Amino acid sequence: MERPGRGDSHRMKRTPLYAAHQKLGGKLIEFGGWEMPVQYTSITDEHLAVRKEAGLFDISHMGEVLISGPGAEAFLNGTLTNDVWKLAAGQGQYTLMCNERGGVIDDLYVYRLAAQECLLIINASRIEADVAWLEKQLAAFPRRSEVKLQNTSDATGALAVQGPRVVEFIDGCFPGPSTGGTSVARVTDLKKNQVASFSYAGDRIWIGRTGYTGEDGFEVVAPGRIIEAIWNQLLSAGQPHGLKPAGLGARDTLRTEVCYPLYGHELDENTTPIEAGMGFFVALDKGEFIGRSVLAEQKAKGPGKKLVAFKMTDRSAPPRPHYAIWSTGPGAAKVGEVVSGTQSPSLGIGIGMGYLPPEFAKPNTPVEIEIRGKRASALLVPKPIYRKPD
Amino acid sequence: MANVPTDLKYAKTHEWVRVSGNLATVGITDHAQHELTDVVFVELPEVGRQIKAGDACAVVESVKTANDIYSPVSGQIAEVNPLVVANPALVNSEPYAGGWFYKIKLSNPAELTALLGPEQYQAQIGGA
Repeated sequence: MERPGRGDSHRMKRTPLYAAHQKLGGKLIEFGGWEMPVQYTSITDEHLAVRKEAGLFDISHMGEVLISGPGAEAFLNGTLTNDVWKLAAGQGQYTLMCNERGGVIDDLYVYRLAAQECLLIINASRIEADVAWLEKQLAAFPRRSEVKLQNTSDATGALAVQGPRVVEFIDGCFPGPSTGGTSVARVTDLKKNQVASFSYAGDRIWIGRTGYTGEDGFEVVAPGRIIEAIWNQLLSAGQPHGLKPAGLGARDTLRTEVCYPLYGHELDENTTPIEAGMGFFVALDKGEFIGRSVLAEQKAKGPGKKLVAFKMTDRSAPPRPHYAIWSTGPGAAKVGEVVSGTQSPSLGIGIGMGYLPPEFAKPNTPVEIEIRGKRASALLVPKPIYRKPD
Repeated sequence: MANVPTDLKYAKTHEWVRVSGNLATVGITDHAQHELTDVVFVELPEVGRQIKAGDACAVVESVKTANDIYSPVSGQIAEVNPLVVANPALVNSEPYAGGWFYKIKLSNPAELTALLGPEQYQAQIGGA
């Protein structure tokens, strides 16, 4: 082996849970400028724990931006692709932020915490780019005096607790009733995409029922100084229910199985939500927003490339980003590129996503993935690649 | 703390060598398997192939990375481990036992003296 080992650690940022990860024996790697655990014991075991029981992830590296004031809604609706007007207080939605060419600046979650207050959860690697873009758009927004933008990323921590057994122990960690957002008696009364605040040892924390794994679960957003206490409480409450701490390795295999995009792989500034198959989150009917005309035209005429999902048909080395995708049969040619690929712990076979010209982008089309100079058979499959049994 | 058995020789590139007569068994270390994360694919050389020390002669792929394995010694491949090809997780669970890669008939046993001893390898990977 060439040089397994540690990356350039001196310039990387650390979350408030850095010491907790070390104590748990987490293997730390660089991700988007952050030093994060890729695994504690085994990516496969942590992945399967989330599918069958529960897993706890540190997502404090992700960014948080608060947009508030009487102009907040109008500002966000002109800047994001999905329709913020549809959100009542206490509801959230997946959305994207595009440039004028329809290219994706980031994909994010927006939670309406209160009538005039929205929380954006953004990708760690995009915090600077997003905040710069939002500030630039705000400077040009006619009602800018009615909007306040606060980047609270540095002071805020976040956790994701995911898996079918989370409902067995989460209520015991955060006693209800909620103090803001959706009015509920207990955390497990939240429905998918709902968010509520709870009082935690005198601090206000926000809990949304969402995630990035394809499983039921919650994300907890709290001041960074109390995130370790919450982490420890969830770990001890959840361990009797099979909860394991889970790293970014499992987070990546889980999201790939259910075809959730990862910025820098499926999405970038030269790729549109329509090309990425995310048209459902582009509200063309809500009025003007940045990128709208390009996205409307692509939706009407069809995009020039499409995101596809594939499954290897035989045992092979795992497909990986940048591997070539070939068409098959006479005239076989390189037609696209893998953007995400891994070995699926749930299915025990290589899986991935890539971009192809529309004429090839149909489920059940055989393709070949070029792995280390050799082509291996794969089949395009409908998204998601993995579906929960029954 | 990575396990570094005292009866083996080590390459700087994280392979181990177990010598028995003129036959050497080669695998990767506990430290290496931990750094790789879950191994999901192993490709081994053909039996009979002549290998020079330092040649890339096998491939090990984990969920996260693909890595070449460099032969610590020269010789002819005498046997490969079919069980590790069928069950690559053996590299993680038994790196020094069921996770071995191949056996090689040594053509230049003097090369063994250039390999690291367990203390030297332990020092290289930062163990005390």
